[in-house]
Amino acid sequence: MNVKDKVVEIIAEQAVLEPSDVKMDHTLEDLGIDSLGLVESIFAIEEAFDISVPFNANDPSESDFDISSVAKIVEGVERLVAEQHA
Amino acid sequence: MKRVVITGAGTINALGQNVPDTLEAMREGRCGIGPLEMRDTDRLAIRIGGQVKGFDPEEVFNRQQIALYDRYTQFTLIAAEEAIRQSGLTFEGELANRSGVVLGTSGGGLTTQDENYRAVYEEGKNRVHPFVVPKLMNNAACSHVSMQYNIKGPSFTVASACASSNHAMGQAFWFVRSGMAPVMVTGGSESMLCFGGIKAWEGLRVMSKDGCRPFSATRNGMVQGEGAGIFVFEEYEHAKARGAEIIAEVAGFAMSSDAADIVMPSKQGAARAISGALADAGLDRERIGYINAHGTGTAANDKTECAAVADVFGTHADELMISSTKSMHGHCIGGTGAVELLSCIMALRDGVIAPTIGYEEPDPECALDCVPNEAREAKVGAALSNAFAFGGLNAVLVLKAA
Repeated sequence: MNVKDKVVEIIAEQAVLEPSDVKMDHTLEDLGIDSLGLVESIFAIEEAFDISVPFNANDPSESDFDISSVAKIVEGVERLVAEQHA
Repeated sequence: MKRVVITGAGTINALGQNVPDTLEAMREGRCGIGPLEMRDTDRLAIRIGGQVKGFDPEEVFNRQQIALYDRYTQFTLIAAEEAIRQSGLTFEGELANRSGVVLGTSGGGLTTQDENYRAVYEEGKNRVHPFVVPKLMNNAACSHVSMQYNIKGPSFTVASACASSNHAMGQAFWFVRSGMAPVMVTGGSESMLCFGGIKAWEGLRVMSKDGCRPFSATRNGMVQGEGAGIFVFEEYEHAKARGAEIIAEVAGFAMSSDAADIVMPSKQGAARAISGALADAGLDRERIGYINAHGTGTAANDKTECAAVADVFGTHADELMISSTKSMHGHCIGGTGAVELLSCIMALRDGVIAPTIGYEEPDPECALDCVPNEAREAKVGAALSNAFAFGGLNAVLVLKAA
């Protein structure tokens, strides 16, 4: 499973949706994922890819990790996997 | 001062996963203590407990809930559902704003702590699930009851080891009696039957390897249980006005501190709590027909408790019945007083006195009628529930028949 499919699977599980219902331009808000759900998704991503995500729940917009859409999250994870498994 | 009545009761423990099943087991003198089912029991010296078996949280809670609910919170919510459903109350508007939740627990989310310490120390993991803190905190169960039922008034958790739920119910009683709250959801929950929890108790060397036999000369220690008991305490006129079924009346409460020893009980401390509760209820001692004993099955507790009861009740100590249901469900620590209050309700409402099972041989230092091995029918107008915690913190409740 590639990074994109795995990230979509994690987000879909959190949102209690089928992966096919998760679109790349969706925001987490569109998917009904709240702040606690976001933190849980980040944890699931870290576990799945064995990476550390620079995400600060106090002020998500100040993090180096863009969560503004599913596409941005996938991009971010791909970058972190490349950097941290280099 | 307002009168306080119980209009809902709920439980889950080793004897049953609701009140009717639990009371039936108590009537039949059934033992809920058995071999512990958990990982690494081969490394345990103590391998028995009053474990809740045949309980699958996934049948009751969804995945998101399970991610947030430690086992002690799960127990609390199951018992709260039964109690609040029985009360028939819905918390809205002014009733929601003024009603509260006060619960007791000793270890809180100990299972969550145990699993996650194992992950970081033994398995060498460097991160844990983000909900570890909201799962393990001692007020998690209280907060989830508040959220689930929209109860928005005074709510908090009380921790006084084995007396936690009696202290909690005492606070709830005061809130309703003083007129501060029309309804309080109260009781307690505990789930310490995890590897680390058992190991910690093993360390004290007060645990029995073969059974809990309170007041019997052959007793050799306590056996841990787990579970929750939750009650709805309601102001009498409020309950009457809506035609609610009144299960029993909470008549008095007192607490004391031994100020003596961190583990050894004190006769004087226990006696002060018992006599204080009688005075608070305004009842003559002769009115008490049944005492649910703290009755842990340790050498020290049982003889001290019997001496305290003899001191307070004088010759009436030989007339009353005193039993320890820990012999059946084990010691549910911070939830134990709440689970045990059910035996007081059964005595007052159903006229059935729960037995002390496992009783083999009289002990001259525990020479009271402990209702050995078989339940008894008796008409009882008022009952006591004793809890004497490690640390010398004592809390005694008095219940009267409705």
